[in-house]
Amino acid sequence: MRAVITVIGKDTVGILHKVSGICAAHNANIIEVTQSVMQDMFAMIMMADISQINSDFASLSDDMAEMGKAECLDIHCMHEDIFNSMHEI
Amino acid sequence: MLNTFNILETIRMIQDQCLDIRTITMGISLLDCIDPDINRACEKVYDKITSKAQNLVRTGEQIEKEYGIPIVNKRISVTPIAILAAACPGQNPVRFAKTLQKAADTCGVNFLGGYSALVQKGFSAGDLELIRSIPEALAETSNVCSSVNIGSTRSGINMDAAAIMGEIVRQCSELTADRQCIGAAKLVVFCNAVEDNPFMAGAFHGVGEPDCEIHVGVSGPGVVRAAIAKYPDARIDELADVIKKTAFKITRMGQLVGARASKMLDVPFGIVDLSLAPTPAVGDSVAHILEGMGLETCGTHGTTAALALLNDAVKKGGVMASSSVGGLSGAFIPVSEDAGMIDAAVDGTLCLEKLEAMTAVCSVGLDMIVVPGDIPASTISAIIADEAAIGMVNNKTTAVRLIPAIGKQEGDMLEFGGLLGSGPVMPYNHKSSEKFIARGGRIPAPMHSIKN
Repeated sequence: MRAVITVIGKDTVGILHKVSGICAAHNANIIEVTQSVMQDMFAMIMMADISQINSDFASLSDDMAEMGKAECLDIHCMHEDIFNSMHEI
Repeated sequence: MLNTFNILETIRMIQDQCLDIRTITMGISLLDCIDPDINRACEKVYDKITSKAQNLVRTGEQIEKEYGIPIVNKRISVTPIAILAAACPGQNPVRFAKTLQKAADTCGVNFLGGYSALVQKGFSAGDLELIRSIPEALAETSNVCSSVNIGSTRSGINMDAAAIMGEIVRQCSELTADRQCIGAAKLVVFCNAVEDNPFMAGAFHGVGEPDCEIHVGVSGPGVVRAAIAKYPDARIDELADVIKKTAFKITRMGQLVGARASKMLDVPFGIVDLSLAPTPAVGDSVAHILEGMGLETCGTHGTTAALALLNDAVKKGGVMASSSVGGLSGAFIPVSEDAGMIDAAVDGTLCLEKLEAMTAVCSVGLDMIVVPGDIPASTISAIIADEAAIGMVNNKTTAVRLIPAIGKQEGDMLEFGGLLGSGPVMPYNHKSSEKFIARGGRIPAPMHSIKN
């Protein structure tokens, strides 16, 4: 089971640190990161293994949303199933 | 394997193109709540609904967070209440409506449907009492929805019921004239009603359905519109292909959410209704899809053909994406709930007659259409009969949800707010249909109903 976390927003110091901090707090293991900064926009897609998380998915997603709001970042934390079901037969 | 393009496409659909799950609807059978003592029956109804659906809203919210997709409505549909009312002769069925409202409040759902009667071939015990109580029931409750099936391909059209429903629709508006005539917006008159429809106001839980099940209604006109916008010069068959692929993706999401909800609630999964249901929000309009295909305004010549193409492609794409497709499944054309339709109606391009033609090829019927308050009941009955005839002969579901705007005339607006939107008062044909409707009786079933 994996979560797909996407982050888009103005580049500042410590975005990756904050997102990965939330993952660590929930015991979600980051397995893949693609990230780029275009001009001053930060864009990242992160995959995290959530099979061992110490909370439920909703609270991980809530924490990400809360941090996104505080830092003016557009963060989505979604279960991989939605992408698999939509794009694979 | 996941790739960046697919991930971003899904997120764009949700964020920019208004993709959502329109509803998860729990169907609950009330057959085991029938009791000759109406107090006891109401108690049983309340207890059953609140125990089966106690976790419905919470589960919906949890799934929203898990998949990051909004689930706009959580709803309940129940066995047609006329069946319960039949056991309590001489009692006012409005008691049941109030019980349903109380149960809806306790569960926190947006709507509860099933204050219904099925009278396509005639009235049985309880049917007439229930039908006559609809205006009061809808005026005294806020989240209860009602529907009456007056015809079917197998049975023909019950013209006595059509005549009565004309009066009932008017009374629903009159009793709620101080609230934008909202009563009539919660009442649907069907031909060929389906028993597993998750969409309001016409949802009810058919007697052939299991004790409890979960249905999902998807949406996504904005996604289809965005997809066809990428192909401005494509030929029509290529366009149909684009719509099919998009509908497949949307429906897969509905299937995922339905399966998840069914597992979490430990209730069997019913169906995915793959309807394109618009909202008044910008970018969530079925009319704009038709305009995107090359029509200047929805309602002009070519609209019926474009809608037929859309409806068919949505079904073909969706049917492969789900293990069980049901409900109404197609494209909805509710005027007041669709920004493009509202504009086209205000503009005068979209008229009642064109909408009637469109209902021959879309998935439901004349939906959320506001007519002047002086419309006679017999004219409403005649509109209902016309629509039922289209459904009966074409072997499809048709419905009428007209809202007579009491005290208003052509050019005025009714403002419902929320998903119900706002509707311009549309003109109707003033020549009388009274004598035809007063005849009563039944329109016999068409030749092709004899299939066995």
